[in-house]
Amino acid sequence: MKDLFAVIMLSGIYGLLSASFFVAMDAVDVAFTEASVGAGISTLLMLVAITMTGRSENPTRHKPVLALAVVIVTGSLLIYGTLDMPYFGLAQDPVHLHVAPRYINDSMQEVGVPNIVTSVLASYRGFDTFGEVVVIFTAGMGVLALLSVAHRPKDTAEIDSINKSMHEEHLILRIVAKILIPFILLFALYVQFHGDFGPGGGFQAGVIFAAAIILYTMLFGMSTARRVINQTYIQLFAAIGVLLYGSVGVISLLNGKNFLDYSALSADPVAGQHLGILLIELGVGITVASVMVIIFFNFAGRKNDQQNNRE
Amino acid sequence: MLMGLYNYWVVVVLMMVGFYIVIAHGNLIKKIVGLSIFQTSVFIFYISMAKVDGGTAPILAEGIKQYSNPLPHVLILTAIVVGIATTALGLALAVRIKEAYGSIEEEEIQKKDNLDC
Repeated sequence: MKDLFAVIMLSGIYGLLSASFFVAMDAVDVAFTEASVGAGISTLLMLVAITMTGRSENPTRHKPVLALAVVIVTGSLLIYGTLDMPYFGLAQDPVHLHVAPRYINDSMQEVGVPNIVTSVLASYRGFDTFGEVVVIFTAGMGVLALLSVAHRPKDTAEIDSINKSMHEEHLILRIVAKILIPFILLFALYVQFHGDFGPGGGFQAGVIFAAAIILYTMLFGMSTARRVINQTYIQLFAAIGVLLYGSVGVISLLNGKNFLDYSALSADPVAGQHLGILLIELGVGITVASVMVIIFFNFAGRKNDQQNNRE
Repeated sequence: MLMGLYNYWVVVVLMMVGFYIVIAHGNLIKKIVGLSIFQTSVFIFYISMAKVDGGTAPILAEGIKQYSNPLPHVLILTAIVVGIATTALGLALAVRIKEAYGSIEEEEIQKKDNLDC
């Protein structure tokens, strides 16, 4: 397929399909994340990218036979490798025999959170998650370093005139979005704070929150969005999220326990776990939301800048 | 009895589709799409390993004995969000390459590089 727009739309549909596959596999938290990331944000970012890099692919000259041969050989080797793998769905597969029984049987007493995924993510493997958050933060900084442009703020009158000119063309979309955005933000907060009991948590909530802001930016233009959300503050927030996460770890160190051992946060270990999970999920949510907004703002800002240069 | 392995074969096929796109196409955006298909195949691999027949989602509730394995879910949940952050970084690089070379086709970029030498 030579039209990249169609390619990206298909990959968005593929993201949604894999999300429903994850539901069928009982991985509700993962499905939630994939639906908001794979079908939402990633499609959007790719669309913004092709507006800058061009929509169609050049016809390739070289023959795909060699590539096809490599792929078929690798694929058949991998399939040969699967012949010794344990069968699908059996309860006595080796994966289910270590660590997992401890999480399933003891996490209620040790952490006191019904959603096992949240208690493993935030408590048992908190250090891992800290690493992931730092990776997201670093990627955000990388996009900032690659794409940020010196921004010349437009004055209010200019923004208002742009808004007036756009008013007629997107009237229905704008009104519907204005009604929807508060509910999207509210839903993001629900996902954030209800993650202990049902599917949800900082990662999903951050992405949904960012999606609401991106929706606003798309319909009301970059300059209006910049007036609502200050670029400097959002960068500060991305750092604050990581810092919040890290400082919870440092506090438990200062109280004489291991890094990120939340039972040090309170006299009652289970209450300490609850507090720790709440705080670090908040840190994750803040960082993920701000990094996603930073990434989108920089892509869209770059595009506006290119258009201005051309005129 | 070999049919019990079909989940791995689906993963291998998807992975090879992604792999083929990455090596056979010169367009950088298409390569990134291929990489994300490759990535999703690994996600599906992990999640299908976590599935237990007759199990439910790993949220503790009264009267449920059999749960899916929560550990792969945790690993993949964070991997998805990290994946989008790195994809964004890749797209940002593609945008910069377009600005510097005027193209995101691998062959044209290499041709320009050879001229410069």
